[in-house]
Parts: sequence; structure tokens; C-alpha cells
Amino acid sequence: MDFLNGLVFLTNFVIIPAAAYGAQLALGALGITLVYAILRFSNFAHGDTMALGTGITIKLTAVLVAFGITLGPLPTALLALPVGIAATGVILLVTDWLVYKFYREQKAKPVILVIVSLGVMFVMNGLTRVFFGVRDIQFADGERFLITVRQFRDMTGLDEGLAIRTTQAITLVTAVIVMTALFWFLNKTRTGKSMRAFSDNEDLALLSGIDPDRVVRVTWLLVGALATTAGVLYGLDKSFKAFTYFQLLLPMFAAAIVGGIGNPKGAIVGGFLIAFAEVTVTYPLKKVLTYWLPDSMAPEGLVQLLSGDYKFAVSFIILIIVLLFRPTGLFKGQSI
Amino acid sequence: MIVVENLVKTFGGFHAVDGASLTIREGSITGLIGPNGAGKTTLFNVIAGVLEPTSGRVTMAGEDITGLPPHELFHKGLLRTFQIAHEFSSMTCRENLMMVPGNQAGETLWNTWFGRKRIADEERALRAKADEVLEFLTITHLADHKAGQISGGQKKLLELGRTMMVDARIVFLDEVGAGVNRTLLNTIGDAIQRLNRERGYTFVVIEHDMDFIGRLCDPVICMAEGKVLAEGTLDEIKANEQVIEAYLGTGLKNKDQVATA
Ligand SMILES: Nc1ncnc2c1ncn2[C@@H]1O[C@H](COP(=O)(O)OP(=O)(O)OP(=O)(O)O)[C@@H](O)[C@H]1O
Ligand SMILES: [Mg+2]
Repeated sequence: MDFLNGLVFLTNFVIIPAAAYGAQLALGALGITLVYAILRFSNFAHGDTMALGTGITIKLTAVLVAFGITLGPLPTALLALPVGIAATGVILLVTDWLVYKFYREQKAKPVILVIVSLGVMFVMNGLTRVFFGVRDIQFADGERFLITVRQFRDMTGLDEGLAIRTTQAITLVTAVIVMTALFWFLNKTRTGKSMRAFSDNEDLALLSGIDPDRVVRVTWLLVGALATTAGVLYGLDKSFKAFTYFQLLLPMFAAAIVGGIGNPKGAIVGGFLIAFAEVTVTYPLKKVLTYWLPDSMAPEGLVQLLSGDYKFAVSFIILIIVLLFRPTGLFKGQSI
Repeated sequence: MIVVENLVKTFGGFHAVDGASLTIREGSITGLIGPNGAGKTTLFNVIAGVLEPTSGRVTMAGEDITGLPPHELFHKGLLRTFQIAHEFSSMTCRENLMMVPGNQAGETLWNTWFGRKRIADEERALRAKADEVLEFLTITHLADHKAGQISGGQKKLLELGRTMMVDARIVFLDEVGAGVNRTLLNTIGDAIQRLNRERGYTFVVIEHDMDFIGRLCDPVICMAEGKVLAEGTLDEIKANEQVIEAYLGTGLKNKDQVATA
């Protein structure tokens, strides 16, 4: 019984939140990794792309709700998401046309593009604040819980309860769908394969007749979809705030790099790794250990390894450890 | 077919191609020889759109193609291979070949979803074609190997195979024979002749192996120090004073370098 109670407690406060957060980070890291693999630079504007896409989706959601259109038990934002994705895709294409294209034609070095993306980041950040404000916005409507603590206790008779929020379930389901679709696209369709070819060997891809402009366009559209989906899921699960999305840049980059930047599988594994580490070390584990260890060994303190304020340090620490022992990331020598 | 006029390519003050002019006749197998560092590969790179020329002009069938990007040249039927073999390392040899028609296979995001049958048919045809090419090159057993893991000579064959996946008009081969054994070299020679005769490919072949050049090529163009020295049959070229000097010259220079080292 104690073991089960401990497990339920751990699942409720660590495993489920970390899985949802991990899926959100993984989707974000996928966007970063795609840009890196194909356009060959680290896109610092990715966090703010997520914010912009999410902001647009929130506005659309508000419009839908105002007209009385909702998704019943599911958040209405899911209905607005496809339009949000399309709008973000268009914004990214325009940004590419206005900004990145120029540097690509100059054959600018990756480091220059990184700085350029920093500029894009500031602009997107400003736009997000102007149009959607700087405050916290809650936009999750519909049913709040899939299972509540009480329902779970009644069902199982355990002391500890397990709650699954709708947004957590939606995050996981959506992430699985999006990731499956992405891998199917990259591995099975001709366009996806030409993206892989372009990432693998650009010179040869060009000489094989692959149109680089098309590859770049499709990449931005995918990045827009991934960023908006990640941002909306994160916002539903927690809340929307422009600054938080900027802060997500660190764990997302850590996830992409830990997994091996340029490698989508790595981005996913990295996302979950970072999320689990972050949640585990910043959550007080006292109760779990009290359940699991014999009374004589029960911990005195909270067993919270780091205070929540330091959660971003976790990304850094994992990043440094992985880079020390495996400089190429966990999935080395592979690209998309 | 291809006319190159006064082509210059410099790398920081160094003239790698220094005012080269030449004409490649339609339907010919033209040999391009010259000492190491003569600028042969650089000339290919400029013609194939990999490098921007510093000055000069390239036309193909009367149309100015100077500085066009490689993928556009590809769709005009101009293909090339690399001296140092390139491959999509994480894909199998068969997939490498199947990549070649570029995005041409008529796929749009739309019919990815709604034209599945047509795409599947195209994919099947492409696959059959790739298998045919692999068999021709006697590397059927490598079809499912990752291209990054096959040997250097086998990569060369894959390079040649790539040019056979579409109907090219002109193919530039940069030392396809280097690192390939004699028997296979003959097979490659036969392949080139057959493609030339049966499918009307024009070839430009860079090679250091004079037997190979002698067997296949007419005319032969000799380059040295970025310039075209002579053009004619291999025997004429071999008898040309300037050519002998160019080859000997580098030989002597090398000896001097050895002596002073
Ligand atoms: N990217 C580059 N940057 C600077 N110099 C270059 C570059 N590419 C070629 N060169 C120089 O240009 C000259 C011509 O090189 P190229 O590769 O065209 O010679 P090549 O005739 O193909 O020789 P080989 O028979 O050895 O292949 C060489 O001296 C080389 O060092
Ligand atoms: Mg060369």
C-alpha cells in the first residue's frame, strides 16, 4: 500500500507534469533543431515565435468564444490552433523573405545568422507585447480535469490521489500525433526526403535538382506549426506570458543540444530528459521517500534538491554534463 | 553545346581559372586533362553553378547560363559528379539514387495527401530505375547499405549512377575513375560510351589516366595554370610542345621541392 501510495504521489506531482512539460519542450526543440539542420543556424527567435503564434491563437479563441463557438469539454483554443499555425507560418515566410533570405544569398556565416535571429527575436518580442500585452493570460476553457483527486481516491481506495488535467492529456496526445506526422513526413514523403538530403549534403542536394527555396519554405512552415503547437499547449497547461516564452529558450536549446542538435529524435529525448530532471530536482520528494523507505530512514528535510527559482540551472547543468562526456549530444553523427 | 568564353575565377588574388575559352561539341566525349592544380575542377565548379565566376561567360545551346544555381542547371540537363565523392550519408545507396530527380516528381503538399496513388506509382518507377542503375554498376548488393559506409571507389560509382537516373544532356565527370579498380574502370568506360551513343549524352571527362582518356575521348583539351593550352586528339596533345612543358614543368618543380625540403 505504501509503495502504491508513494507511486501515485510521484506520478501526480512529478511524472505527469514532467511528461506534459517534456512534450512541450520537445515540440519546441524540434523547431529549433529543424532550423539548425536545414538553415544551419541557431534560431534565437524561436521562443518569441512561439509567443507570437500563441498570442494569435488566443485572440482567435476569444473571437470564437465571443460568437459562442466552443469545443465543449475541450479547450476552444484547439479549434483556433490550425488558423494560428497558418498565420505563424505566413509570418515566418515573410520574415525569411525580408530578413534571412538576404543573408542566405550573401552566404553569411552561421554566427551572423544567429545575431540576425537575435534581431528578429527582439522584433517579435515587441510585436507580441504590443498586440497581446505583457500580463498573464489564462485561456483554457472546457473541462478542467480528466480525473480529479477525489474520483481517483474513490476508484482505488488509496490515500493519495491522482489528478489528470485535460490540458496535460491533450498535450501528450497532440505531441504524439504531431511527432508521428513529422517523422512520417521526413521519412516517407519526397519533400521530407529532399529536406533530409539538403540537411545531409547541401551541395549534392542542389546538384540533384532539389530546389533550395522550396526546402526553406517548407521548413519554415513546419517550424511555424511546431512552434505554435508547442506554445499553445504550454499556454493551456500553465498560462500565456510573453516573458515566459522567452525564458523557455534555454531549456529548449538545452533539449536540442543534449539530444544532438539537428537530430529530431534527439530533440524529443532531450526535451523529456530536461523536463524530468527539472521537475524532479525542484519538487520536494519527502513524501514519496517517507512512503518508500523504512521508518528509520525517513528523511527529515523536504528533499528538494534545488529551489524552484533555480529550475533553469538544471538545463545548464545537464547541458554541461552531456557536452563534457558526449560533445555531439546523445544521438551523435545523425541528422534528420 | 557549351561555350565558355574568357572565364576567370580568382580565390583572393590567385587565378585558379585564368581566361579559359573552350567549346564542347554536342554529342562528344571531351577529355579534360592537365597537371594537378591546373584549374580543371574549378572550371567544372563554375560551369555547374557551384562557384560564381569572377568574369567571363558560359552558354549552353546559345542560352546564357553564367551563374545559374545548380538546381536550375540540373533541370536544364546539366549534371556533374564530384572529384571527392559526395553522398547523402544517412540514406541507403538506393535512396541516394532515388533522390536525384530533385523535387521534380510532381509532389506538392497538396498531393502528398490527395495524390497518394500517383506518388506511389512514381516512387515505384523511381525505385525500379534505381535498381536498374545499381545493377548496371554491379553494386546491387549495396542497395540497402548506408551510403556513408561504402568504400571510396563505390561512392564514385554511386556518383556516376546519379547521372544515369535522369535524362541528362551534358554530364561533367570529375575523375570518376580515381580509386576504382581496372575492371570496373572498363565497365565505367563502356557505360559512358553507351550513354553517349544510346541516350545522346554529351560528356566532359576529367581524368589523369591517359589510357582511359585515349579510349574514350575525342577531342582532348589540355589545361595548365588556369589556361587552355591545346585541343585535339590525344596523340596531337601528347606531341604538343607546350603540353609536354606544362607536365614536365610541374614535375621539375616537384623535384626541386623535394630537393629543398
Ligand atoms: N576554394 C578554393 N580556395 C582557394 N584556392 C582554391 C580553391 N579551390 C581551388 N583552389 C586552387 O585553385 C587551383 C586549381 O584547383 P583545381 O582543383 O581546379 O585543380 P585541378 O586541375 O582540378 O587539380 P587536380 O587534378 O589535382 O584535381 C589550385 O591551385 C587550388 O589550390
Ligand atoms: Mg580536380
